[in-house]
Amino acid sequence: MAETEIKPTPERSDCKVVLIGGSTGSIEVLLDLLPTLRAPLSFAIIIVLHRKNTADSTLADLLSHKTSLPLKEVDDKDSITAGSIYLAPADYHLLIEQNATFSLDDSEKVNHSRPSIDVTFESAAEIYGPSLVGVLLSGANADGKDGLIAIKKAGGLAVVQQPETAQAAFMPQQAILNAPIDYVVTIPELIRFVNQLNSFND
Amino acid sequence: MIEEQEVDLLLTDILDIYGYDFTHYTRASLKRRINRLWTLDKFPSFAELRYRVRTDADYLKRFIEELTVNVTEMFRDPLFYKTLRTQVLPSLMAKPFIRIWHAGCSTGEEVFSMAIILKEANLLTKSLLYATDLNSEVLETARKGIFSLAPMKQYSENYILSGGTQDFSGYYTAHYGRVKFSEEFVQKMVFSTHNLVSDRSFNEFDLILCRNVLIYFDKALQERVLTLFDESLGPLSYLALGAKETLKFSTIQSRYRKIENEKLWQKLK
Ligand SMILES: C[S@@+](CC[C@H](N)C(=O)[O-])C[C@H]1O[C@@H](n2cnc3c(N)ncnc32)[C@H](O)[C@@H]1O
Repeated sequence: MAETEIKPTPERSDCKVVLIGGSTGSIEVLLDLLPTLRAPLSFAIIIVLHRKNTADSTLADLLSHKTSLPLKEVDDKDSITAGSIYLAPADYHLLIEQNATFSLDDSEKVNHSRPSIDVTFESAAEIYGPSLVGVLLSGANADGKDGLIAIKKAGGLAVVQQPETAQAAFMPQQAILNAPIDYVVTIPELIRFVNQLNSFND
Repeated sequence: MIEEQEVDLLLTDILDIYGYDFTHYTRASLKRRINRLWTLDKFPSFAELRYRVRTDADYLKRFIEELTVNVTEMFRDPLFYKTLRTQVLPSLMAKPFIRIWHAGCSTGEEVFSMAIILKEANLLTKSLLYATDLNSEVLETARKGIFSLAPMKQYSENYILSGGTQDFSGYYTAHYGRVKFSEEFVQKMVFSTHNLVSDRSFNEFDLILCRNVLIYFDKALQERVLTLFDESLGPLSYLALGAKETLKFSTIQSRYRKIENEKLWQKLK
């Protein structure tokens, strides 16, 4: 497998937000990735996972134990700051406003999901354009593919977990088949990739 | 996809021609709703969509209904209702009369849930539930107390999680895929249109619920609405918001005490 090096393009220093979407089998990937991230981080990370619609905070607790960075489940109108990790709450779509704050929306499910990865990815693409990196992980439905297409159209970067390494290959497969993907990565490659994006890292 | 300036044009039209002000609704959500409607109603261009909105008052009604999100359910966030049962209702026992306001009640599922827990606390007979919304259409549905049968299984589970111990299905009669809730609930409800953007307070309440409405407003409008609620709440009365809504950006926060882990606050003296 070829090494995934990020070319010394403006991409790296321009990256304001890394969006990570996933479903079945994606939490495990995050549990591997999060402990490797060193503070300070030059961008914000926004995580959208399909989850049961219980409003408990166990997922946020689980993830925040794996990182020294501030990790928070989003409340309405929270602002997005570099260096923080945000988790989409259960049962709401997570949208991003022009002034870099979140807004929530409890409209109909999209791809049988709320939060839907497409909804957040599309909304972020509109706001962040080329300063956005979208990462799609393991999952058993086709959510996220349209979102990655929107990110590419807006000039951002699309990254997908290599389907063979995913617990559920369908979601990354659908993205690879339908969206112009920049990097298809194994978990170790993903870890290296996200860390290289951090312009505070040498 | 609708452009930012096109959204501005539409919102200005709707305000100028019909007097409805959506300019302080969150943009990201509004845009999604307008795009959805554009596709649903198959407008070939923005100009045609705009023309229809400007000239057809009946269409405007549909437009507003679709612009706002009306999704709701019974006993949504069961633990919230549990906290109402254990922390709020007992403190209302001594009152001769209980007034509750559901602002943005949509099709009424929240109001009927409230009526059920009031009944179980033996408080229903001395309570009055004011249920308001911007859309008259959803209020029509709420007023009938008739809902689809399909989600009742889920609602019944929510009800049990909220601390309900009765047979949930005893509260309604099922008929051809629909259920009708008992008349004793509807008798305690007053339905009326009320626009949180432009209308005033109309009473003083012991409890105001405004859940999953503020998420669609920007911070300035949220502040207006929260101040309206503050003016409509007497000492030691309660305010309830949706699971992800907060008072933390508002100036009224200092006059309220948060209850447990729920989005529930009590006004101080
Ligand atoms: C998502 S529903 C919430 C229903 C219920 N409270 C719940 O939490 O399940 C939002 C409701 O707010 C209403 N709404 C939106 N703007 C409003 C306004 N300016 N004044 C009053 N109601 C409004 C909508 O019509 C809709 O019925």
